[in-house]
Amino acid sequence: MSDLHTVNKSPLEKNALDSCLRFATAGSSILLIEDGVYAAVKGTAVEGAIRGALGKHKVYALGPDLKARGMKDDRVIDGVKLVDYAGFVDLVETHGKVQAWL
Amino acid sequence: MSEIKNFLYLNRRAPYGTIYAWESLEVVLIGAAFDQKVSLLFADDGVYQLVKGQDTPGIQMKNFSATYRTLGDYGVRYMYVDRKSLQDRGLTEDDLMQVAWEDMESDDAVDNIVEVIDSAKAAEVLAGADVVFSF
Amino acid sequence: MKLAIQINEGPYQHQASDTAYHFTKAALEKGHEVFRVFFYHDGVYNSSRLTTPPQDDRNIVNRWAELAAKYNLDMVVCVAAAQRRGIVDEGEAKRNGKDATNIHPNFRISGLGQLIEAAIQSERLVVFGD
Repeated sequence: MSDLHTVNKSPLEKNALDSCLRFATAGSSILLIEDGVYAAVKGTAVEGAIRGALGKHKVYALGPDLKARGMKDDRVIDGVKLVDYAGFVDLVETHGKVQAWL
Repeated sequence: MSEIKNFLYLNRRAPYGTIYAWESLEVVLIGAAFDQKVSLLFADDGVYQLVKGQDTPGIQMKNFSATYRTLGDYGVRYMYVDRKSLQDRGLTEDDLMQVAWEDMESDDAVDNIVEVIDSAKAAEVLAGADVVFSF
Repeated sequence: MKLAIQINEGPYQHQASDTAYHFTKAALEKGHEVFRVFFYHDGVYNSSRLTTPPQDDRNIVNRWAELAAKYNLDMVVCVAAAQRRGIVDEGEAKRNGKDATNIHPNFRISGLGQLIEAAIQSERLVVFGD
């Protein structure tokens, strides 16, 4: 089973997303949570990085965190799938282990 | 009977500015008693943890850098350092402390287990671990 | 699946404890087992019984305590991190000459070995931090 990477910080505040993308093997999945969900939104300086990532990884974002931040679903980059906390649990179950990029 | 897992401690933060570097070391030290396979990966600002010559009396914080040099005695066989993180920070391998390791049973010894690796190898190390601790 | 949860940050300052709570609750509701919730670094502050958050906001400590009671969760606070930050139970108060305790009874103080053991015994370690 491939790994699940979690990224919880905003891509413009910290380099967690950058490092995650640099060290994530192809086929592993990335879940954006908390402030990390801003990376899932169209039009940011990291949109290209996320689109690039979608070529090698499944990318997910925690829906409740986007909603809390006023980011509506139609602002999410195509291909990024939204999950809720139950979905987060399922992702942990269906992947080998979790790597947390704090 | 407990299985032996491959533990990877992911260190991405500089020492002293926050407590994560020190408190993550404390986990490694306690973890030694559990006989698991242990590796550490230093990436991003985590590479600063291994810089030689830390001198802390001026900030009145405990200098814990000497503890890294003892990790060979605490069951740590691999201390990987991400090359790009070093380069981005203007550091070279010469800036880093050396950590010796010796196998008590076989007399196998390594002068320095601090190993600078590229991203691809770091990705492999992370993927190959059973558990990744993040701080 | 058998889970170990590690929480590195205190209540309110970071979202870590909130996210960890919602994740843990969802996992338990799905019938998964949570072997241990381990509080490290500032995460030890999640165990203070003396918090008084505003009435119109979530009560993080109580929420964890209620979840623990409902599902018989083992919520462990690292002793070294707790000592450093002044989270105290009866045993620690006696040992270290403190005139008060402040830990919520649904948490227990123990060593880092509990985190290592949790990582060994569980199938997944999920870390929530900053």
